[in-house]
Amino acid sequence: MKRAILFAALLATALLPRAARAQNSGAIFIQNATILTVTHGNIEHGGILIRDGKIAAVGADLKAPADATVIDATGQFVMPGIIDCHSHIAVDGSVNEAGPAVSSMANIADVLNPNDIDIYRDLAGGVTTANILHGSANPIGGQTVVIKLRWGKPASELPFQGALPGIKFALGENPKHSNFPTPPGVTPRYPGTRLGVEEVIRQAFIEAREYKKQWDDYNQRKSAGEQNLIPPRRDVRLDPLVEVMEGKRYVHAHCYRADEILMLIRVANEFGFKVRTFQHVLEGYKIADEIAASGAGGSTFSDWWAYKMEAFDAIPYNAALMNERGVIVSVNSDDAQEARQLNQEAAKSMKNGGLSANDALKLITLNPAIQLGIDARAGSIDVGKDADLAIYNHDPLSVYAVVQKTLIDGQVYFDRQRDLAERAALATEKQSLLDKEKKAAEEKKAEEKKADEKSEKKPDTKPDKKPSPKKKPPQDASNSGNANNASVATGATGAAR
Amino acid sequence: MKILKLSCRAALALVLAMSLGFPASSQSAATTAYAIKGGKVFTLAGPAIENGTVIIRDGKIAAVGANISIPSDAQVVDATGLEVYPGMFDPVTQIGLNEVSAVSATVDVSELGDYNPELVAATAVNPASAHIPVTRASGITAVIAAPGASGFDLQSGGLIAGQASAFNLAGWTMDEMQINRSVAMVINWPSIQTASFDFATFSIKEKPYADVKKEYDKSVNALSDWLDRARHYAQAKEKGSPALYERDLKLEALVPVVEGRLPVLVIADEARDIRNAVDFCSKQNLKMILGSGSEAWKVKDLLKEKKIPVVLAPTNRLPEQEDTPYDKPYTEPAELFAAGIPIAFSSFGTAFSRRLPQYAGTAVAYGLPHDEALKAVMLNAAQIFGLADQLGTLEPGKMANVIVTNGDPLELQTQVRYLFIKGQLTSTDNKHRDLYEQYRKRPQPAR
Repeated sequence: MKRAILFAALLATALLPRAARAQNSGAIFIQNATILTVTHGNIEHGGILIRDGKIAAVGADLKAPADATVIDATGQFVMPGIIDCHSHIAVDGSVNEAGPAVSSMANIADVLNPNDIDIYRDLAGGVTTANILHGSANPIGGQTVVIKLRWGKPASELPFQGALPGIKFALGENPKHSNFPTPPGVTPRYPGTRLGVEEVIRQAFIEAREYKKQWDDYNQRKSAGEQNLIPPRRDVRLDPLVEVMEGKRYVHAHCYRADEILMLIRVANEFGFKVRTFQHVLEGYKIADEIAASGAGGSTFSDWWAYKMEAFDAIPYNAALMNERGVIVSVNSDDAQEARQLNQEAAKSMKNGGLSANDALKLITLNPAIQLGIDARAGSIDVGKDADLAIYNHDPLSVYAVVQKTLIDGQVYFDRQRDLAERAALATEKQSLLDKEKKAAEEKKAEEKKADEKSEKKPDTKPDKKPSPKKKPPQDASNSGNANNASVATGATGAAR
Repeated sequence: MKILKLSCRAALALVLAMSLGFPASSQSAATTAYAIKGGKVFTLAGPAIENGTVIIRDGKIAAVGANISIPSDAQVVDATGLEVYPGMFDPVTQIGLNEVSAVSATVDVSELGDYNPELVAATAVNPASAHIPVTRASGITAVIAAPGASGFDLQSGGLIAGQASAFNLAGWTMDEMQINRSVAMVINWPSIQTASFDFATFSIKEKPYADVKKEYDKSVNALSDWLDRARHYAQAKEKGSPALYERDLKLEALVPVVEGRLPVLVIADEARDIRNAVDFCSKQNLKMILGSGSEAWKVKDLLKEKKIPVVLAPTNRLPEQEDTPYDKPYTEPAELFAAGIPIAFSSFGTAFSRRLPQYAGTAVAYGLPHDEALKAVMLNAAQIFGLADQLGTLEPGKMANVIVTNGDPLELQTQVRYLFIKGQLTSTDNKHRDLYEQYRKRPQPAR
């Protein structure tokens, strides 16, 4: 972890030029590939022409235009770039504003970190678009943003232009803080039950409805020509909820148990909004008909289960069963590693529930695109859509498939061969930086020694270099005493699950 | 009543099960002999046998080959068009000790205190755990439960966390399931970490190196001290009469460790920690198995020189550091294999145990030979933990843990068609399939 921080600066210099070097405009032609279009079957030995970042032509009989840069994909598979409907990468700092139970004023889009190395890693796993969510600490969490993994671009260029913003809701154990005990001496936060979770959401929408009415009245009177009106006081907490009721902002609701999913459908009906996606939705298979009837999508894990009580009835057939009952289903990651194996996770629904290969691919392409309202732009290989593509050396639904190239807007943002070729130079650069640091440290030490020798006559002014005494043993006897990096990462994402 | 609820598929399975003589729930001891015929048999002890036959009798493999006569009393399992392999073996899990990770009442993994060598996983493995049938349905027939081992999805305990136990994933009691009560002593190597994640503030806290190093030295000195005391205890026990020493369960448990009879499974990830652990075990004459080893690739020469096998952290993980090549965790198994270091895959989890073949498959995608990957999920862990006389290959005399699949067991879509554990045809039914069948039949709700 610490070294990760130390080398962040180094990476900024070493890895960023990659993206800067990505081809610009101009036509690109991918030739002789097996093309998994998702919407109109697979094309053997096909070509894809890309112009101005969009797919200009797809087919078996295409020839490379003279002006096009050719990517030869003989023996390779091209699929639409993977869309991860639940991600927490590219976030600077904590994903949770865990103070208030309603934190709709907080916006993940304000804290996008374009230097998060997980952007590059997930890109190398074929992911081109991700729904960056606030955490699940609150019944009504923060605002969310859909990004493209444009590694090397500033934060301002990450958002998927035109995609509706969202807001995270959360039901069950996380917002009621079941698994994160309140420290002694601290008053536990309301709500502490699923009953209270419902009440917090209803109360917020009752306020939002009243607030909306004030603004509607004001706007009506203003447009009727009334003069000297005082507008209602702006409330940044309620604004996003008004947007939800007006259909301008999607609700992505973290949930597990069937009862709480039905609860939110009832609340949404009461206030006249739609839940866009149920996230995790591990018991969705129990009430798939009700979810389908509500118009919400389901974005789930392939096979995670038993990590907490509300995940104990999770089954790996969830995606297939919801799909069978007419729910638009995606498989998401919630985790930077899981994101770079989403092709593997999608394939599991063929084994567990018998999805066809194309339906399995849809779980990570077209279906999440529909869920995020970006299916006119992404999710399949069709003329007119953004050229967001992943190129594999094998069928991407095989465990043996390795991403060779990832394109966003027709630009190559990840190239495995280039990554491999640049490693030696990167290692040399790192060593030279380390040597420089070391030399500087030695020089500083020598200078300090000199200064020390000079001031030796006044030993009482010498700084006390004795290290402060130890308080805790390295391995705590309790469960929390886990200094292991991997577990720390698991714990951190676990908070968001 | 139960029958009425069964789907066609489940009913079919039940009929099949009855005809083959085992109850759908698990196993029965009624049948003692089976013949698996017509499949392609991968013994892992020689070349694959086309149209081979495996004879199982009294829990063990009796014969394997191409032209084997089928005993008249054997139940025949037709594996035509299928593939036959040894069952998979997941060597670092907490199956049976951890039911629902976040519910402490269901978790018996991390005992209080830093030094608990006397604790044995087998004591509290719950044979009725829902994880057991779920995991075996993916072709994993045996596991090791490692109490308090740290790693990917495990809950860690103290420095000496307890003894790991090997067992089959079928049986009515742990006595029936147990393969070996004590296969290794789990040691969580004290890591020198100046930065640590603080859950109270959800941020990274830095400590001066000198402080951390002092803490580390204290832990290592304490470990040395425990081992020294165990050696004195062994001497006292050998030379003196019981009246001359006080019985100490902790020291007694460490005696096989200091005598080199019981290996230590040392969990360490960073290169510096691995080097320190290897140096320590070498000086103390301990038989070391490296567990997790995320940066084992940095210390290949040392591991090779000291002949230390590695139980690998899940292949599908993020690189250790920001500037580590993005695919390093994927290529690490191939690199260690090429260096001549024995490797075994493991889930380092409980609910994730069924991902074991996926981890091996990913390693194949990034350079590990396929046949070596099969060994690394079926045979190598048995060798590393001293169980290869019973597990890991389809050879006469070995315990009959056999899986019959419809294809490559490392591929994501492959189904396990038949499962034999300790020579008994064992059901692949489990909680997940039951819930699937149950809710699949839910009628459309009234609108």
